[in-house]
Amino acid sequence: MVTSTSHTPTDGAAEIVFRTEGLSKIYDMGEVQVHALREVDLELYRSELVVLLGASGSGKSTLVNILGGLDTATEGRVFYRDWDLTRADDRELTQYRRRYVGFVFQFYNLIPSLTARENVAIVTEIADDPLSPEEALDLMGLGDRLDSFPSQLSGGQQQRVAIARAIAKQPAVLLCDEPTGSLDSETGVVVLEALERVNRELGTTTMIITHNVVQAEMADRVIRLSDGRISEIALNETKTPARDLTW
Amino acid sequence: MRALNRKLLRDSWRMRGQLLAIVLVVVAGVATYVGMRGVMHTLYESQEQYYTEARFADGFATVRRAPERVADQLREVPGIAAVETRVLAAANLDMPGFDEPVSASIRSVPDGEEARLNRLLIREGRMVEPSRGDEVLVNEVFAEAHDLQEGDTFTATIRGQRQRLTVVGVALSPEVIIQVQPAGLFPDPERFGVLWMSRSALAAASDMDGAFNDVTFSLAPDASLDDVIERVDLLLDRFGGTGAIGRADQTSHAFLEIEFEQLENTSTVLPLIFLLVAAFLLNIVVARLVNLQREQIAMLKAFGYSDYEVGAHYITLVLGVVTAGAIVGTVLGVWIEHLLGQLYLDYFRFPSLEYSFHLPVVLTAFALTAGASLIGVLGSVRRAVRLPPAEAMRPAAPPTFKPTIIERIGLQRFFDQPTRMILRNLERQPVKSVLTVAGMSAACAILVLGLFFTDAMDYLVEAQYEIAQREDLTVTFTEPTSPRALYEIASLQGVTYAEPLRSVPVRLHHEHRTQDTSLDGILPDAYLRRVIDRELRPILIPPEGIVLSDRLAHVLRVAPGDHVRVEVREGARPTRTVPVVALTEQFIGMGAYMDFEALYRLVGEGPALSGAFLMIDDAEAQVLQHRLLDRPQVASVLSQDRVVEAFEETSAETLLVFTFILSLFAGIIAFGVIYNSARITLSERDRELASLRVLGFTRGEISYILIGEIALLTVLAIPFGFVLGSVAAAGVAATLATDLFQIPLVLTRSTFAMAATVVIASAVFSALIVRRRLHTLDLIAVLKTRE
Repeated sequence: MVTSTSHTPTDGAAEIVFRTEGLSKIYDMGEVQVHALREVDLELYRSELVVLLGASGSGKSTLVNILGGLDTATEGRVFYRDWDLTRADDRELTQYRRRYVGFVFQFYNLIPSLTARENVAIVTEIADDPLSPEEALDLMGLGDRLDSFPSQLSGGQQQRVAIARAIAKQPAVLLCDEPTGSLDSETGVVVLEALERVNRELGTTTMIITHNVVQAEMADRVIRLSDGRISEIALNETKTPARDLTW
Repeated sequence: MRALNRKLLRDSWRMRGQLLAIVLVVVAGVATYVGMRGVMHTLYESQEQYYTEARFADGFATVRRAPERVADQLREVPGIAAVETRVLAAANLDMPGFDEPVSASIRSVPDGEEARLNRLLIREGRMVEPSRGDEVLVNEVFAEAHDLQEGDTFTATIRGQRQRLTVVGVALSPEVIIQVQPAGLFPDPERFGVLWMSRSALAAASDMDGAFNDVTFSLAPDASLDDVIERVDLLLDRFGGTGAIGRADQTSHAFLEIEFEQLENTSTVLPLIFLLVAAFLLNIVVARLVNLQREQIAMLKAFGYSDYEVGAHYITLVLGVVTAGAIVGTVLGVWIEHLLGQLYLDYFRFPSLEYSFHLPVVLTAFALTAGASLIGVLGSVRRAVRLPPAEAMRPAAPPTFKPTIIERIGLQRFFDQPTRMILRNLERQPVKSVLTVAGMSAACAILVLGLFFTDAMDYLVEAQYEIAQREDLTVTFTEPTSPRALYEIASLQGVTYAEPLRSVPVRLHHEHRTQDTSLDGILPDAYLRRVIDRELRPILIPPEGIVLSDRLAHVLRVAPGDHVRVEVREGARPTRTVPVVALTEQFIGMGAYMDFEALYRLVGEGPALSGAFLMIDDAEAQVLQHRLLDRPQVASVLSQDRVVEAFEETSAETLLVFTFILSLFAGIIAFGVIYNSARITLSERDRELASLRVLGFTRGEISYILIGEIALLTVLAIPFGFVLGSVAAAGVAATLATDLFQIPLVLTRSTFAMAATVVIASAVFSALIVRRRLHTLDLIAVLKTRE
């Protein structure tokens, strides 16, 4: 099940997972219109780990939310493989998220009344071919905290439960919005290591949003957003393992 | 078990206090509905069954004396299925151990054969032997009032002949399910009883050999009662027939119908108001619970749960609560049904009540509660799922606050910081504040409504029996009598004052509407019997024209200035048209009144009295009553105190049991709403309050912020509750009005004070529980997690 895939974005044979064409998002705030994204063209490849960098308000979250089917674009199109998500209705987007997407949020968003195992189970129960909650939590090094409630776990542990929950259904893509945003650097590294491992061992296409430049060093590619536009796409020739990152 | 269901169970356990409060509210609503509707169905079914089994007649006619052969003529009337002739006799009884006079109606039972109609059910003892003039069966309610057993004896005076009667059994009859004296408004089984005697024996005692003075008949299927009555009247007219009547005018049945009508209204309106309020509260509480779980909903959606699945999750919670409440409420409701049933059985003498489980009633109660709460939960779930998940999960931007109106007009210097927080919080969340106030007002309103009945009954008795009808005794004569009789009575020892009574049976017509009632003469300077206006002031009766009670005017759709056609149903039976000159407030019965002289002119006869109103010396009361009944022209003596007592024991008592249940449940509702509001406010704001604690606020200070809010909302809610309760009381009073009695819309200060006290007590109790929780607030945990 767990295989290592060699992948280089420059490899012409690399499979395209996401493709956006002229993607724009305008938030109508009454009298002012906020352009969160301006004509973004982007391709993401299978099994790559992408770090999306940008300052607050640069449009990072908007982009990830649209890719994840949580939000819809104002203009342009976004494809998941051959599936035009811009034409999908709410029911189809729900199916899309259910089958293909795993989310990790800055604030974990665990359900406080459920144990770690049950928080994962809530997703595996509606997935087609999931890992067992125990497997997923084991993968995150939480095999001994299966029956702990969120309130009994540290922030890092809670975030790893959240990652276990996101990967347990073996999603095609893993979208992480500031996964270390609420953690200290030491705990943050543990979480990044977990994401790195998922990407490497499960081959899950992973996108991590951060405004922490250091974290870009672990990526295959780094995409910088500023003012709703892609300002730079850089290829990392040598990836730094997450455990060697410090900030 | 699925993780989502486990979440449901754990969430429910965590909110058990709140959910329990909601369950109680649902229990209260469902129990009242199931209990009251249930007993109504039970009574209807028991009545129907009893009528069928006992072959209750469809028509009744009284004659002065008709030969038995007329019965054969009656049997040939098309539409008549069965005819039963009989003899009726009035009697005065001397009951051992009971000093006051007792009157009785003795009815004949066929000799040696079973009655064709109105069959008796022997509860104890045996049937009377044919021709035995010393044997009687007694009506059960009368037997109970005098503790009569088989073999007991008493003396009766029938047509001036005293005779000793032996009780051979106790019976029930469909004709006296409610046993009411002819002139009485309410049952008084101590002073009036129905007895049965052998036909031949009773005929001998009342000079009715080979004749009858009463006949009952049943109708063939599809026969028209009106047609049959017309033919019967034609036949019986020359034997002194007073006009046949259908069941609708038969005393016991008519009373039952009025009671049922009132029960029908009570059991529909009151529990429905109640159930709707319960549903409304459930709706508010559930909507707010869902709101609190916005982020969890967003997370579930992000991971691919559909709106439908998320909705189903919360709907399951609501249905769980409603179902739990409905089950307990149904059990309690069935208990209430039996309780009320037993209460009614003392009053309505059915052989037994056939309790049955009325599934449609239970389902209606369940559907109403579930439906209303689902509407609430669907609304909030829809709002929650409509929010893009990404947005819902991010910490909400600090809510927009602005200076409140109070601050903008420069009053802020009067308020300290925590008070300003309370005011701003209320102003920022107007919908939430309004809903909380609405919930508490509703609870307060139900309390007002429940207590209103006591006020109304007190007022009714005061208006009717202390202001309008001030006599101690009402004496009725066997037939219209010379005014000289009044002086004779007035001169009896113990009578301190006497006023004449003239009451004429009439049928009033206006357009196509008709109403039978009695038209009473009123003296211009009456002291005892007066008619009063809405402010309870005596009305001076004009020398011409007719005064109608409000209800009668309403039934006939007439107002002062209109004319009614008065058909006198006595003597020469003239019909005259007279103007309506005034309306009078009358809560019991539907009377019509006229100046004495005008009444004489209308009837076209000289002065004649139907009876007298007496004021008496209490010390002489018993002797006087016997002395009065010994006079040949006296038919009955009715004591005012007894009427009031009977009224309070019957109608008032039933209503008060209802209202006791209502008030009890209203208290539960008040507590349920307020406690829930406080708990939700606490969970919405625990982080804020914990932050303040971290910043150095004392427990007292943060308690003030939360409890101050509850207190302010409570104070706002109470006046609204008063208004709402008054409106509801007016509506219920109008709905419950029957021809027998109307409920005056009277609300006393003590009712409002009591309602406010219950609401405030609930608020204080809730505040204490919430304060205990505030005191154990885990500062670190609250600040660390976002839930």
